[in-house]
Amino acid sequence: MKTGIVSYGAYIPIYRLKRDEIARAWSRGSMGGERSVANYDEDSVTMAVEAVIDCLKDSDRQGVDGLYFASTTPPYREKQSASLIALAADLRRQIFTADFTDSLRSGTMALRAALDAVNSGSGKRVMVVAADGRMGQPQSDYEQNFGDGSAALLIGDENIACEIVGSYCHTDDILDTWRTESDTFTRNWEDRFILSEGYARNTREAISGIMAKYNLTPSDITKAVFYAPDARRHSETAKALGFDPKTQVQYPMFATVGNTGAAFALMMLVAALEEAKAGDRILFANYGDGAEAYILQVTEQIERVRDRRGIKRHLASMINLSTYEKYLRFRRLIPLESQAREQANAFPPVAWREREQLISFHGSRCKCCGRTFHPMQRVCIYCGAKDEYEGVRLSDRQGILYTYTVDNLALSSDPPTIVSKVHLEDPLAGEENHKVGVYCQMTDRDVDKVKPEMPVEMTFRKMHDSGGMHTYYWKCRPPREP
Amino acid sequence: METIKDKVAIVGMGCSQFGENWDMSADDMIIDAVYEAYDDAGLGREDIQAVWVGTAFSGIGGICVSGPLKLDRIPITRVENFCATGMETIRNATYAIAAGVYDVVLCIGFEKLKDSGLAGLPAGYTHPVLGVNVTAPGRWAMAATRYFQTYGIDPQEGKKTLARISVKSHYNGARHPKAHLRKEVTIEQVLSAPIIAWPLGLFDCCGNTDGAAAAILTRADMAKSFRDDYVLIKGIGLAIGPSLGKEDASYDYIHLPETEAAAKQAYEQAGITNPRKELDILELHDCFTISELLTLEAIGICPKGKAKEDIDAGTFTLTGELPVNTDGGLKSFGHPIGASGLRECYEVYKQIQGKAELAERQLKDVKLGLSHNQGGHPGSLLPIITILGQAG
Repeated sequence: MKTGIVSYGAYIPIYRLKRDEIARAWSRGSMGGERSVANYDEDSVTMAVEAVIDCLKDSDRQGVDGLYFASTTPPYREKQSASLIALAADLRRQIFTADFTDSLRSGTMALRAALDAVNSGSGKRVMVVAADGRMGQPQSDYEQNFGDGSAALLIGDENIACEIVGSYCHTDDILDTWRTESDTFTRNWEDRFILSEGYARNTREAISGIMAKYNLTPSDITKAVFYAPDARRHSETAKALGFDPKTQVQYPMFATVGNTGAAFALMMLVAALEEAKAGDRILFANYGDGAEAYILQVTEQIERVRDRRGIKRHLASMINLSTYEKYLRFRRLIPLESQAREQANAFPPVAWREREQLISFHGSRCKCCGRTFHPMQRVCIYCGAKDEYEGVRLSDRQGILYTYTVDNLALSSDPPTIVSKVHLEDPLAGEENHKVGVYCQMTDRDVDKVKPEMPVEMTFRKMHDSGGMHTYYWKCRPPREP
Repeated sequence: METIKDKVAIVGMGCSQFGENWDMSADDMIIDAVYEAYDDAGLGREDIQAVWVGTAFSGIGGICVSGPLKLDRIPITRVENFCATGMETIRNATYAIAAGVYDVVLCIGFEKLKDSGLAGLPAGYTHPVLGVNVTAPGRWAMAATRYFQTYGIDPQEGKKTLARISVKSHYNGARHPKAHLRKEVTIEQVLSAPIIAWPLGLFDCCGNTDGAAAAILTRADMAKSFRDDYVLIKGIGLAIGPSLGKEDASYDYIHLPETEAAAKQAYEQAGITNPRKELDILELHDCFTISELLTLEAIGICPKGKAKEDIDAGTFTLTGELPVNTDGGLKSFGHPIGASGLRECYEVYKQIQGKAELAERQLKDVKLGLSHNQGGHPGSLLPIITILGQAG
């Protein structure tokens, strides 16, 4: 049986922060280039939802049998995130979900588990999604080096765009980078030690190991895709293993995105797949608490999965984060005027009871008159029918901004709040030119460019953190197209 | 269905000082307003047979007024209908009198907002997800944005029209001794004020105010025993819809259909067919300047999309064709939620009687006036309209 990647997707937050700007804030040297920064309302879960939806473009979401989420920054220490991602992506209820956390290598650990699941027959199609938003200590190298992002791979045994033909794995234990249960920022031991005995030794061992296992030499590889903590170690590794950095090595995105932790290797793989041609052989390796490596063979089916925002289109769609202070604000590293009014605003029973409309973002489609409303209504506002409705997904519908305000009064980590009335397309309404109204906030926007009638799309975001819990919902944004 | 016209009369009204009343409790303001109404009607506590009291946030139950006023073993009901709470007391009391159950009823509306420590309103229940970051100026601002878009009005030009509403209200309020913000402002000041929720700036938003107001109602056929210049209730309209306009794509955000319905009810009862001609004064619920503009169209004073022309022409100033908010309105007189509906009647009542405190504020020959009180936002409105008319 053949097993491999059926589809891929990725996500990069719209905000980029120039490393010169971080360096300016601390009067120290800049690594150059820029890093991605998750918006204040984004976290590993929302970024994962973006990548999953990108990956499932034009495929039936009901056909996914499992979802594995990999991250070192899941929003909860106790409580799964994969379950929330599956609900937001509108996958079916009878699936297996799991979180793979704690290890920088958790993205490929989840990939391996998904391959095992498909190979064993416990699922036909399993979604692997990795998302991370690690924070470096302010003023540290990591603060400049790290980035935020996510990638998703749909693993299955039919319509394979890239077959996974070989694998290798070993485990190691070393304190190189870590966070204890109370740490906000990634800690590390001295560079000389962790890079030579941790990253370099393990990665070379894994890549040499898989090449030997399958009798391959560097010239058999079209593209080498592998994790590295920084640009210098990435090129050192390529050189040491005998790959031509100009033609054979996947660009590692340090200058444009940064090290996205558990998502990094998978994001590079997605970038490689975007350029791959049938017949290409890809070496894929990842590091963290040991290392693993894969040999991938690209098939003709790769042409079927071209229409993704993936890495390339997300990279091209960006807003420059003007100041380092905004970054501090986004990550809540500066105490802000407390969100006092939010205190009473987190009620698990409401979020649970209304999960279909709040998380899966379904509207109620009236079976009598065919029109759809959000939030879901038991009594149809248009024809009065009672309890004659079905939930329909609205999250993937395009819309326009009907009206809005730029609200300076509403509390926000990125004021002002653009309160929006969106009109989404309603193709199910038939001949009638009916729209589905959505009252929501706008995110990822340039305030000066907000205008009535502008196109918008929906995105899953965090609304607030009050009461010690994370509350999620959907917002609108200008379409993420360059 | 009978009309309520000419069945019930107002024979006394009172209004406390509106403002940031740091030195007054809710009880103090209630006592000031009610005893002014007692004196105005020439009666006392022992004559009151029933009470309706309205407050949105500052008290619960009838005991919030029986205590300060020492009302003893009579029916007292607290009502609440968002910012339309004040006029809801008059509406309920009117029907109780018309039903013949009581002869003399006291209506009280009050709010003590400034003890909360908040610059805005205290948060009531909001949906933990859908209600996040929803503000009142934000919701009204969305109507302004869409109004400008629909009618092709340049936003800066539209803001100027809204500014004229604010300038007019401040001009009037500066001349009322009980108003909160007694200060004239210029168009330039209004336009350069900080933006609260674009396109609404600070001077497009009403004051956040403490205050109380009261009315004494009786049967029309008994009114003459209290005074000759009593004021008759000619019609009352209240219309509340599914309140889903902010979500419903078929709601256009430029019309106030609930207000149109409430006005229709009130006009039919009062027998008004041409409101612009027949009405002598309007007290509109201008929580935000755009609310006054949209209401002028909703109650049939201006054709749809044409309010700007009248506002720019000065139609609604103190000396204009149809004066609006001659006491300064919510903008300048202030907006203690539960009191506003009664304050909106207080001004029309005084103008009909010819008893505005300052001569320069007194209109000539006021026979018929409209008081409009409202809660909610465009797409989710709770408007009450009361038509008041001269006795005889």
